[in-house]
This record gives sequence, structure tokens and C-alpha cells, in this order.
Amino acid sequence: MNAQELLSIADDELILGWRDSEWTGIAPSLEEDVAFSSIAQNEIGHARALYELAAAALGTTADELAFDRDPSDYRSSQLVEQRRMDWAHTIARHYLYETADEIRLAALKESDDAAVAGLAAKMDREEQYHRLHARMWAERLKDEPRFKEALEELWPYALGVLAPEQRAALAERVGLPETQAVERDGHSDELGELWEEMTMVRRSIPGATW
Amino acid sequence: MVSADAVWEALAEIPDPEIPTISLVDLGVIKDVAVDENSVRIEFTPTFLGCPALEVMRDAMAEKVRELGAEPEVRVVLDDSWSTDKITPTGREKLRASGFAPPAPRSVGAPTLVQIDTSAFRCPYCGSTKTRLENIFGPTPCRSLRYCDDCRQPFEQFKTI
Repeated sequence: MNAQELLSIADDELILGWRDSEWTGIAPSLEEDVAFSSIAQNEIGHARALYELAAAALGTTADELAFDRDPSDYRSSQLVEQRRMDWAHTIARHYLYETADEIRLAALKESDDAAVAGLAAKMDREEQYHRLHARMWAERLKDEPRFKEALEELWPYALGVLAPEQRAALAERVGLPETQAVERDGHSDELGELWEEMTMVRRSIPGATW
Repeated sequence: MVSADAVWEALAEIPDPEIPTISLVDLGVIKDVAVDENSVRIEFTPTFLGCPALEVMRDAMAEKVRELGAEPEVRVVLDDSWSTDKITPTGREKLRASGFAPPAPRSVGAPTLVQIDTSAFRCPYCGSTKTRLENIFGPTPCRSLRYCDDCRQPFEQFKTI
């Protein structure tokens, strides 16, 4: 598997981890505060492991990949870049992303690269709990007009998380028709704003050991 | 030359940084110990990838090997070889004694919400199985929150992985 593909997944997990952590302290209930904070921690842990694999191939370090690239060099999908939204959109993104990630992980588990397949299997064990949480909420909100609108609005972005050949499977699982995807070749302005915040401390003293 | 048994004994003295009643050996995260002349190679499998205690555990293992007069090499194995099924019977008892319900065995299929919600997890305080799921997530990635309807005590459940 090439390093750029690993970086796409790592960037998705890192950026989503940051976005999920935006609920820490202000989620609609204490239990959801705990849940989104814990999910954020898992996603950033996955990003770290993926960056380490990519870093070994590229002769660099996980931290340099996570924080020292220019925002335009990130390969994250636009689904994960969007700043904390209302609860309906948050759950819609969570449900769409976790469903897409399940399809992506199933393919990675079959990789002929043993390190990639092994890591994907471990990530998938943890993601099972994210999926349970996402589906529980999607089930609870499924008849709410605001939730349905949020799903439709984010749907083209969700398709962009996956490679073109994996999108039909996502459409089938989510029950929405395939449409033009928002590809990961461009970025929203919100990524730049997040990058400024995310790398601020590291950029303040380049090369420091923390 | 240090023996592998001596290394295992030394590693058994390292407490888990977040649940100090259980050792790294009880937790089952040490996959292999190989001694070659004066160097000791440890294969270590993290519990959860986002666990902030990883570095602390790795440094503690290296330190124990140095105390035995050998040169450590701690290799972190990031695959699916660790599971909560690797927690030793002693480890499970220690978890229970300190207020954590030990994990259910890893099932063949993926866990379902119904399964997690209705499984007869025993309250570590009063032993009742009348307990229910409060939150799939908890204060650390490896824990869920449950509540005992008999003794009205919330408690933490080790997630099955």
C-alpha cells in the first residue's frame, strides 16, 4: 500500500478526532461529552499508528506528518473538515463516516501488506464501538426532519471518503442514491483554520522537544 | 546473562499506569520476551491505540531490563494479537477486587448493542447481575460505564476487544 493512501486515512482520523473533541465540555449531555471525547481519543490514536507506518516508508516521523505539512498537502476528506455543527449534523457525520470507515477497514484487512492488515484489524475492533454508538443515535433520530436533512446535505461529502469502487456499498448500507461525490482533492477554508490552531504550539518553538 | 524467566518476573512488577492494581503481565500486553546475550527484546501489544499510557509502559519495561543489567529493545506490535481474552485469571480477579467488571470473552461476531446492554455483567461491589449499560464509553478508551440496580452503584466495565 502506498504512503499517500495511508496518509488519506490518517488525515481523516486526525482531523475528525479534532472535530469530535470540539464537543468536550459542551455536549448536550454528560454521557455524550464522555462518548465524543473518548471517540476523539481513539481516532487520534489511529491517526498516530497510521502516520507511523507512513513515516517509516517516507523516512520521516509521525509528528512531522501530522503537524509540519502545509494545509494544502493534507489529504483529508471534506466530510471531516467541517467545524462542529449542530447535533443533527454531528450525528449524521458520525453515522456516515463510521459506516464508510467500516467498508474501508474491511478492504484494508485484506491488504497483502501484513503491517497494514494487522493495524486495520486492531483499529476495526475499536471502531466497532463507534459504530454501535453511531447506529444507536441514527436509529433514535431517523424520523426527525432535521436529521434527514443533515444526512442528505452531508451525503456527497461522505461518498468522498471512499475510493470510487467502494461507494456503491456505502450507498446500499445508508440507503441513499449514489451521486456526485465531493472528492478529497480540494479543501474547505475550515481546514486552514483548524491547522492554524492545531499546529500553533508546535510552530511556536520549531524543533523543541516537549 | 539474564534469563527470560527473570525478565518476566521483573515485568510482572510493573503496574498498569491507569489501573495500578493489575500488572502488565496480568494485562497480557507482553507478547514475547527474547534474550540474546546481553540484550533483551520485548514484544509489546498496546491495549487501545489511543492509550496515553503507552510511552509510560514502554519506558517502565526498558527500565526494568536495565536494572537487570541488560540492554532493552521494546518493540511495539500494532496488530490484532492483543485481546481482552489475554488478561490472566489473576488479572480478572484483581480488576473485580478494585471495582472494575472484567471483560466478557471476545465473541465470534462483532458485539451488538443488545448483547452489551443485556449481558449478565456482575456488579463488582455486590455481585448482582441486575446491571445495565449507561455509556459504551468511559473515562479511558478501555472502559464502559454500567449501573447496578441492586446496590445503586455505578461501576466501570472493561470493554471487550
